[in-house]
Amino acid sequence: MSWITMISTWIIPFIILFVLLFGTWKKVPTYETFVEGGKEGVKMAFSLLPFLLGMMVSISIFRASGAMDAFVALLSPFLQILGIPGEIVPLALTRPISGTAALAVTTDLIKEFGPDSFIGRLASTMQGSTDTTLYILTVYFGAVGIKKMGDALKVGLMADLIGIIASVIICTYVFSL
Amino acid sequence: MVNYIWVFLAASGIIYAMWNGTMDEVNEAIFNSADDAVMLTISLISVLVFWLGLMKIAEEAGLLKRLSRLFEPILKKLFPDIPAKHPAMGYILSNFTANLFGLGNAATPLGIKAMQEMKKLNPSDEASRSMITFLALNTSSVTLIPTTVIAIRMQYDSVSPTEIVGTTIMATSISTIGALLVDRFFYFRRVRRK
Repeated sequence: MSWITMISTWIIPFIILFVLLFGTWKKVPTYETFVEGGKEGVKMAFSLLPFLLGMMVSISIFRASGAMDAFVALLSPFLQILGIPGEIVPLALTRPISGTAALAVTTDLIKEFGPDSFIGRLASTMQGSTDTTLYILTVYFGAVGIKKMGDALKVGLMADLIGIIASVIICTYVFSL
Repeated sequence: MVNYIWVFLAASGIIYAMWNGTMDEVNEAIFNSADDAVMLTISLISVLVFWLGLMKIAEEAGLLKRLSRLFEPILKKLFPDIPAKHPAMGYILSNFTANLFGLGNAATPLGIKAMQEMKKLNPSDEASRSMITFLALNTSSVTLIPTTVIAIRMQYDSVSPTEIVGTTIMATSISTIGALLVDRFFYFRRVRRK
């Protein structure tokens, strides 16, 4: 455990040190270049706001009304056919839609079943192995003004499904034998 | 498609609330989440300014070029539409590296930068082939150390908080390979239709 915590605390300062020294060595006007690049960041953040706000409001209506729970209940029989345990279905369905909701579900499952139970381990694996597809598409396409997403959403959601099924199979093999 | 999903989420929520008496919660959620989005944007400003500033130095110093030259053979296979030595490659690589080490807040600005470079290659409002591949790889998120999950497991007194690192890496590798295959499949289907 200690080496993992050490890596995660050292890596960012180390990258900063390396870039600064390398830039100085290559005679880059470091501070001025930093400011110039940073200005782009301000513009970028504000152009993202409407995309994030629109999507987050819509998702929160879906969640707060209870429609999300109903949706999960409706779909769980189908996912159970695929071999996904019933307890984990809410996580599998919320993971691509909302990162905060999925984190809440994972925390709840770990609390309920214990981190070292099969469900706890499966939830941990699932949470860590995919990202929030809807958020990523919103942010990245929003930032560059892409209106036609093409097949991106379908590809992202299918990859999520593959990741979910893979988590179940891998955890079954690794932890129950 | 995103338009339909967006409307579906909000509309089904509101209609569901009509029958189930959760309209109060919906009202509250609308304004709270709008607030949350603003707060998220503000917290993104600091991250975006810092990492884009630092990466500008890396770019000017030629670091990103070196990085992409190192991985050129793999990148060329993954993104055949991007010409060799194009700045997009450097940003794509640094985005992957940041994701790999679980530096989510550094990964986002670099990914946006990569998208901007890819848009220069294909200036329209339609997603290009490389953009779709790039996002497919990002949504399946290749992470070596899932720090958030480990922190939660520690909080609930796991005997071995890091035992899920191995299974996570396996699952994430499979979903990444899956994402690439699905992406290729849809690409060739698009080509055939045209």
